[in-house]
Amino acid sequence: MCVCPGPRRIGIPVRSSSLPLFSDAMPAPTQLFFPLIRNCELSRIYGTACYCHHKHLCCSPPYIPQSHLRYTPHPAYATFYRPKDSWWQYTQGRRYASTPQKFYLTPPQVNSILKANEYSFKVPEFDGKNVSSVLGFDSNQLPANAPIEDRRSAATCLQTRGMLLGVFDGHAGCACSQAVSERLFYYIAVSLLPHETLLEIENAVESGRALLPILQWHKHPNDYFSKEASKLYFNSLRTYWQELIDLNTGESTDIDVKEALINAFKRLDNDISLEAQVGDPNSFLNYLVLRVAFSGATACVAHVDGVDLHVANTGDSRAMLGVQEEDGSWSAVTLSNDHNAQNEREVERLKLEHPKNEAKSVVKQDRLLGLLMPFRAFGDVKFKWSIDLQKRVIESGPDQLNDNEYTKFIPPNYYTPPYLTAEPEVTYHRLRPQDKFLVLATDGLWETMHRQDVVRIVGEHLTGMHHQQPIAVGGYKVTLGQMHGLLTERRAKMSSVFEDQNAATHLIRHAVGNNEFGAVDHERLSKMLSLPEELARMYRDDITIIVVQFNSHVVGACQNQE
Amino acid sequence: MFHRLLSVVRRQRNSRGWQKWSSVRSGAFVAEAHSVALPAEAHVVICGGGIMGTSVAYHLSKMGWKDIVLLEQGRLAAGSTRFCAGILSTARHLTIEQKMADYSNKLYHQLEQETGIQTGYIRTGSIFLAQTQDRLISLKRVNSRLNVIGIPSEIISPKKVAELHPLLNVHDLVGAMHVPEDAVVSSADVALALASAASQNGVQIYDRTSILHVMVRKGQVTGVETDKGQIQCQYFVNCAGQWAYELGLSNEEPVSIPLHACEHFYLLTRPLETPLQSNAPTIVDADGRIYIRNWQGGILSGGFEKNPKPIFTEGKNQLEIQNLQEDWDHFEPLLSSLLRRMPELEALEIVKLVNCPETFTPDMRCIMGESPSVQGYFVLAGMNSAGLSFGGGAGKYLAEWMVHGYPSENIWELDLKRFGALQSSRTFLRHRVMEVMPLLYDLKVPRWDFQTGRQLRTSPLYDRLDAQGARWMEKHGFERPKYFVPPDKDLLALEQSKTFYKPDWFEIVESEVKCCKEAVCVIDMSSFTKFEITSTGDQALEVLQYLFSNDLDVPVGHIVHTGMLNQGGGYENDCSIARLSKRSFFMISPTDQQVHCWAWLKKYMPEDSNLILEDVTWKYTALNLIGPRAVDVLSELSYAPMTPDHFPSLFCKEMSVGYANGIRVMSMTHTGEPGFMLYIPIEYALHVYNEVMGVGQKYGIRNAGYYALRSLRIEKFFAFWGQDLNTLTTPLECGRESRVKLDKGMDFIGRDALLQQKQNGVYKRLTMFILDDHDTDLDLWPWWGEPIYRNGQYVGKTTSSAYGYTLERHVCLGFVHNFSEDTGEEQVVTADFINRGEYEIDIAGHRFQAKAKLYPVPSLFTHKRRKDDVELSDLQGK
Repeated sequence: MCVCPGPRRIGIPVRSSSLPLFSDAMPAPTQLFFPLIRNCELSRIYGTACYCHHKHLCCSPPYIPQSHLRYTPHPAYATFYRPKDSWWQYTQGRRYASTPQKFYLTPPQVNSILKANEYSFKVPEFDGKNVSSVLGFDSNQLPANAPIEDRRSAATCLQTRGMLLGVFDGHAGCACSQAVSERLFYYIAVSLLPHETLLEIENAVESGRALLPILQWHKHPNDYFSKEASKLYFNSLRTYWQELIDLNTGESTDIDVKEALINAFKRLDNDISLEAQVGDPNSFLNYLVLRVAFSGATACVAHVDGVDLHVANTGDSRAMLGVQEEDGSWSAVTLSNDHNAQNEREVERLKLEHPKNEAKSVVKQDRLLGLLMPFRAFGDVKFKWSIDLQKRVIESGPDQLNDNEYTKFIPPNYYTPPYLTAEPEVTYHRLRPQDKFLVLATDGLWETMHRQDVVRIVGEHLTGMHHQQPIAVGGYKVTLGQMHGLLTERRAKMSSVFEDQNAATHLIRHAVGNNEFGAVDHERLSKMLSLPEELARMYRDDITIIVVQFNSHVVGACQNQE
Repeated sequence: MFHRLLSVVRRQRNSRGWQKWSSVRSGAFVAEAHSVALPAEAHVVICGGGIMGTSVAYHLSKMGWKDIVLLEQGRLAAGSTRFCAGILSTARHLTIEQKMADYSNKLYHQLEQETGIQTGYIRTGSIFLAQTQDRLISLKRVNSRLNVIGIPSEIISPKKVAELHPLLNVHDLVGAMHVPEDAVVSSADVALALASAASQNGVQIYDRTSILHVMVRKGQVTGVETDKGQIQCQYFVNCAGQWAYELGLSNEEPVSIPLHACEHFYLLTRPLETPLQSNAPTIVDADGRIYIRNWQGGILSGGFEKNPKPIFTEGKNQLEIQNLQEDWDHFEPLLSSLLRRMPELEALEIVKLVNCPETFTPDMRCIMGESPSVQGYFVLAGMNSAGLSFGGGAGKYLAEWMVHGYPSENIWELDLKRFGALQSSRTFLRHRVMEVMPLLYDLKVPRWDFQTGRQLRTSPLYDRLDAQGARWMEKHGFERPKYFVPPDKDLLALEQSKTFYKPDWFEIVESEVKCCKEAVCVIDMSSFTKFEITSTGDQALEVLQYLFSNDLDVPVGHIVHTGMLNQGGGYENDCSIARLSKRSFFMISPTDQQVHCWAWLKKYMPEDSNLILEDVTWKYTALNLIGPRAVDVLSELSYAPMTPDHFPSLFCKEMSVGYANGIRVMSMTHTGEPGFMLYIPIEYALHVYNEVMGVGQKYGIRNAGYYALRSLRIEKFFAFWGQDLNTLTTPLECGRESRVKLDKGMDFIGRDALLQQKQNGVYKRLTMFILDDHDTDLDLWPWWGEPIYRNGQYVGKTTSSAYGYTLERHVCLGFVHNFSEDTGEEQVVTADFINRGEYEIDIAGHRFQAKAKLYPVPSLFTHKRRKDDVELSDLQGK
């Protein structure tokens, strides 16, 4: 749990560091960088090459959690590894061999970092016929925090139709985003289930029979679920569906997706809050539920079922639809509203929800109570509970909680809680054949790239070259040589696309490596990826992306049927 | 400027330049003749007015059949035929394909004279370039085979190539093959000429008539339902090209015709400054994946790219048809290749890039023949983009097949019945054709296995064997182990393992063979086709006695090697039949016989509810225990004496093995080695395998694969159906007189032909050749199809070959003919004729001396006698 100024989400000044980096000349005195060397992992230096600026800056790629095995500074360390690195001469050329100035990650090393978390899922085809409106999705994440605070989830609803995809941006730790990524889809799926199915599941639990599976997860091996809390989470979920069963009046069988999404979000946040208040006899779990409640997470979730696309958003992640115009060009349609200070309606809402005399303090320096960037979030009970409740829970809580400066800290001007809600804003969109894909991403992406660029880059990647304006000769004088030149040019342009099978990886490559001309600059990419953990967060946020690809044939067919 | 022009311009269909080339005269004589209603009845209805349909109509009418109706959904010659590149090339890898192309060439050559319709036939010749030595070897092999069937061709130097075609860059070539009599022709005009000739012979042609489905009653074609009414008919021919698959499926009882279309691109240019001569040879640069021919003074060039675009997977899709656009980016690698081959073309102006879907099949061979499930339903389709080359010959063979009941050549390799239902999945076809299309120009090396559409049918032991290092090949969708790679050994990657020389698995198979000879090996042979025939009375015996040449009225428990012959005495199937009881028989046939044998049996079995034929292939796992120690393993597992006294050769007994009961144990191995076949109900397979491996340990047991089996059986002169034997070879021609009982007291199919042959003598004889001056390490390995020379005269081709680890020599099997030196007529082949010759085998142009044998080498048996173990080998059927 670390917080610092700058692009961070919560601006509580606990410790601060700001080091200049990224000027080729690097004027900073070398002493300044010495502390960094300590963070280098010996094995890292051997294995993957590191970004080295001058002779004295050597840092480990930030995606590896810190190892206990630290590298101790040694005057001769530079010569220690140089002769062994055969890639060195290869990338730098002979003329630099005698005076090593810079170490960059080689393209394969860059790729291995970028691809470490990539995941692709293709909806299986059945005998050549794909009945789902979703072709599949690509997802990936690039950490800036250590450990990463973003989470992602994807699952197919088994008892109802449709697919759920979501990105979750955690702050003040990853506990909340982790919990939401594990639990939210179950709450949504349960909210969508018809009464009979709920009854069937409840009866099965009651009589000890096998349960109907609700979700088919599509997870990257790094996307873990916590085993310890599973039982606790299940009980909360069961209470929820029991209430749903009891509430059912039997009159309407139609389940409104929008309502279901809103209910699921609110219910989960409520459960998170309750679990923290009640506590757990198991000390590990007790600490866990408290960490979940005291950290926070935004969520942006899409539910796709045939041509019906719902996006439920809480916080400042964003869902963007990629639309291909008739002329083949790409345009972006935003399907969610950011809940932050840039959204006037949100500011307005907050001001209305609290007494007039708080109008100035409730949003300060573009932050909620001057602290929190997103205006809606899961967890963050500091912005939800009364001061009494907070104090009571912390005092009765475990020591670790008491020792933590952040949890004990009560936001200033905290008069009329709650200030924060997890209620999502739900957008509905009816898919059309020209809607080719949906990008769900945390603000780490949207901060660095314009939405139009995001959609263009993904669109061109997904469609390969075919829709990059097909060439036709028809009646014009074109020679074979001219055509050949043109095609080679086009291929060179596209070759970078083919480096990435995964659209999300491709997008991250652009987000991190784009130069001012919008092209991927390998040197820049290499530098960004070799930043040490402490610095990475200064230059970028965690980035998590899911690119969902739609099946235009199925979407078109669905449209025609109706 | 240039870029912008290109991108904004949309292609216009039927630009004028295009029409000039492909004369759209279709229907001129069609429409006026037959604008009336369809006839109510016909003998034959042919679907498809492309080159295949018109060729079948042409040949059927020539052979005297009347009442033939040809239906075309659009206009004549308007599908793939119209867009075909028009190259007629005889340089094919299969002899049957060479013969079809050769016949087509001769037919098209005289077609203009016959019909008066211009076909644009020009004898340009073609040149096949080799950029690598391996490619040159491949060309040399084709060259040897072309020469022996009378098609002139020669291997030439790069310098000669440059002389033949001035535009070619020859710096990177190692050689080439020149086939001077190849031609170019307008395929649409050929189809129209064939249609015109057929129409003059009485064939009625209707265009713009779609067939909705074929009507079938009791497994027999009764008519077709079209959008313009019904036609009753006895025969139906599906020549629907890329729609043949869909048409087959539209039946109530679907006919599976496994083929799939891919987009195919070629380029047309304006004439060169000095227009290319109309007789400039066609160039095939397979290493560059392109072909180039002259076209109106310019060039036409296309190719078979590595990343094909399959199309129409979900059936006919109007959207896709309309979207068939020129895809220049897709064509880029081929264009680069073209400009590398002919750098001077840079300044040549483009007319257009044509996109014409071509049809491909799962094994790169075309599909012809009668449906196994519907009598009278014939198919000719799936030409793998060689429709023009095959059109004439394929049409002729199919017409012969329909008229006479069988074609004049062995066409098993192209027979629809080689496929089963398993190849009819759209997903399978889509994936497989993506592998097949690039393969057209890939190097064709021995022992190539398809990589896509695998692991479909497997034995229950698959995982066990795979974990022990099995490498797999596929037959009829069934995975079979080739050999087992020991844990400490690494083989080359797939691409690198392509070779015409000694393969990297040589030592592995050697040790497996050695183990078969000295100890005991297990081979999983579950893929074999297994049928059971039972009846309440004597019907089973009666029908089998009629269908098979050997005497099956043997005591219960005996196994008979026998052939299922056709009227000509040729092998329709070669199998082993065990008499399980008085009234039931167990029949074991080659793997790929599953569909063909079933269809043949069904065709000849009387309608009798008391006679039951069942396909039990999937019910049994077959383990082959080969080797002198097999007997020890089995007796230890069954507590039963297995010595020849108790268990003679060619005997079948149900017994227990380990805990499992009801295992059919047969004393035969399909190799001539001692041992047993175990037919195990699949639920016991793993148990029996584990027991066998466990007990066998002390006898030195190990796994072996089909490569070892192949070496063993060829060394012992065991011919296999489908490789050595086919529908045109009789038992007498391969020294199997002992398997024919002409006097078994009743008639059987093929008896008359065999009697006659016995009287007159045979015209060819299966012979075993042992290569003499062949260096296994350094010389090219024989494969199959190599020409055999006797005293310098061509006498036949090899059918299979393997390295014999005991003989330490290569062994080839092949047929020896006796062509008259004066007339070329086939004469009687006697044992004396065989024995008195000096033989040579031509491997890619290099002739190796060979010793001919009519019987297996006895030294192999004496070698075995030194062992004091059982001597089952002596008792094995010859």
